[in-house]
Amino acid sequence: MTMEQTPLVEVTALRKFFPIKKGLLRRTIGNVRAVDGVSFSINAGETLGLVGESGCGKSTVGRVVLRLIEPSAGSIKIKGADITGLKRQDLRPLRRQMQIVFQDPFSSLNPRIRVGDIVGEPLKVHNVGDKKDRADRVAQLFQRVGLRPDQMNNYPHQFSGGQRQRVSIARALALDPGFIVADEPVSALDVSIQAQVINLLMDLQRERQLSYLFISHNLAVVEHISHRVAVMYLGRIVEYADKTSLFAKPLHPYTEALLAAVPLPDPSLKRTKHRVEGDVPSPINPPSGCHFHPRCPYAEPRCKVEAPVLRDVAPGRQVACHLR
Amino acid sequence: MAPVLEVSGLSTVFHTRRGLVRAVQDVSFSVNAGETLAIVGESGCGKTITALSLMRLIPQPPGEIASGSVKVDGVDLLQLDEASMRKMRGSKIAMIFQEPMTALNPLITVGKQIAEMVTLHDGASRQVARDRAIEMLHLVRIPEPARRAREYPHQMSGGMRQRAMIAMALACKPKVLVADEPTTALDVTIQAQILDLIGDLQREFGTAVVLITHDLGVVAETAQRVVVMYAGRKVEEASVEDLFANPLHPYPRGLLASIPRVGSARGLDVSPDERLQEISGMVPALNNLPQGCAFAPRCSQADAKCHAQVPPFELKQHDHFAACWQA
Repeated sequence: MTMEQTPLVEVTALRKFFPIKKGLLRRTIGNVRAVDGVSFSINAGETLGLVGESGCGKSTVGRVVLRLIEPSAGSIKIKGADITGLKRQDLRPLRRQMQIVFQDPFSSLNPRIRVGDIVGEPLKVHNVGDKKDRADRVAQLFQRVGLRPDQMNNYPHQFSGGQRQRVSIARALALDPGFIVADEPVSALDVSIQAQVINLLMDLQRERQLSYLFISHNLAVVEHISHRVAVMYLGRIVEYADKTSLFAKPLHPYTEALLAAVPLPDPSLKRTKHRVEGDVPSPINPPSGCHFHPRCPYAEPRCKVEAPVLRDVAPGRQVACHLR
Repeated sequence: MAPVLEVSGLSTVFHTRRGLVRAVQDVSFSVNAGETLAIVGESGCGKTITALSLMRLIPQPPGEIASGSVKVDGVDLLQLDEASMRKMRGSKIAMIFQEPMTALNPLITVGKQIAEMVTLHDGASRQVARDRAIEMLHLVRIPEPARRAREYPHQMSGGMRQRAMIAMALACKPKVLVADEPTTALDVTIQAQILDLIGDLQREFGTAVVLITHDLGVVAETAQRVVVMYAGRKVEEASVEDLFANPLHPYPRGLLASIPRVGSARGLDVSPDERLQEISGMVPALNNLPQGCAFAPRCSQADAKCHAQVPPFELKQHDHFAACWQA
């Protein structure tokens, strides 16, 4: 791990509310509190895993950090520079440093454009080199992600899911970014292809000191690829720790429940049967106090009224729970 | 005890413009009452087509069940006319699907959809059928079942819809339940709830379950027997313990080695620099299968024979079958 003073990415008290409008006058009648006060930092060459169930706000965090959607409040710093208030044209040069890989390699590639042009487009947009330089660079990128340069003239539909994800990764790498948001990059892939893409992402990180914000619902994948992990529930981080201590001894009851629910590929292990009951509540009207209290087996009266803050419980380890 | 479900030599093909697609080739298995058989494999391996063939839900044309038999309690479903088959669906063999939002009718209340099953199969009166629907919703642990029965599918969460679909599938107490990726669309905490529910109801009713999944974790936790499919064929079959402890075919062996595991909790060392084992290449197209073993192009142990001849599916060890020249 590098000992840099300023982290590559630093996010503080990030909020994103989506207003719900109704009626003739489109009056705002409420808010979806997708991200409700999230803070974290990522060092160069480090992977932060962001886990949680559908609707917890993890994908919104990924998009807000890149300012693909605008935050409602909070600040985002890249290499110490605050990008939260930057105008579009001032933000553009910074976009070279931060890229994204999406979950669905089918909808994230334009079906009418040759994959070579898809990968080369960021170079064109940022006026890198002449046509010849760009073609050489794309060929190099193809080779690096495990595609053949002679496939550059093909269209996305001529590739399998795993290959398309390699195209997405090549596009994200084109401008040599330091930071990549990977939003469920292997969730749509078959198991045998998943391993190929995970290995590729990890090799690239070692080669280029890349930082990843790795968003996933798959705890096993997150454990494998991350250095540190943040667990989200209904827009808030409930636990934040280094990978080893989080998976060895989860502190938040939600993290504990998540880990207990993962089916293990080993029939000799008897599964522990402490299940959380109920569904994830709506982020429009989240439960009072600790959002997890209606499903928590340990909940006490104060959990219903008082929202726990994320506090340090050990060096580099934070949890938002009254009881831990 | 005779098995409740006996499938033998099942082959399903599709006649397409790009030629004959052999989606399922010579698949056989049997399931006892109260037992769970898992069929595992990656997309395009034929596991869903196998499930649809059992229900005779293959669209014809372009599909066709080319050969084989599917016996439930000794009755071969493939020999029945459509009217008799319709009577079997729901009462003897039922299916639940991956996406409950598309499998349920969005315009009809959940209670009515379940009651319809009961009326059709048991000839029950409306009142009896409605009570039965509420009883089933209660059984699948939906709170306030009488109120929920009057709701439409969109008013329910994903987990709740999956419960409603299970209630519908089990309303007439079928002998066989075919579950096609029943928890793939669900979050992990909800998945655990649904798998527990299917297991509990299975024990209560003695249902034989065919579980189609790509998730080896789900297999390990719920199945007693496992069939692994690749490119339309069975490549391995064994008890769940034998398959996970001692996979014989290089494909399941590679699959088991390629999945990351939640390990630290069990004291395993999961260092971030450890590479996952890969299976190189990708699944072949079903209309353009290699000549010999379909896995040979991706297999590190393949020799000339593997590339030339399809290996027979045969007994390799006690109660452990595989289709591999090298095993």
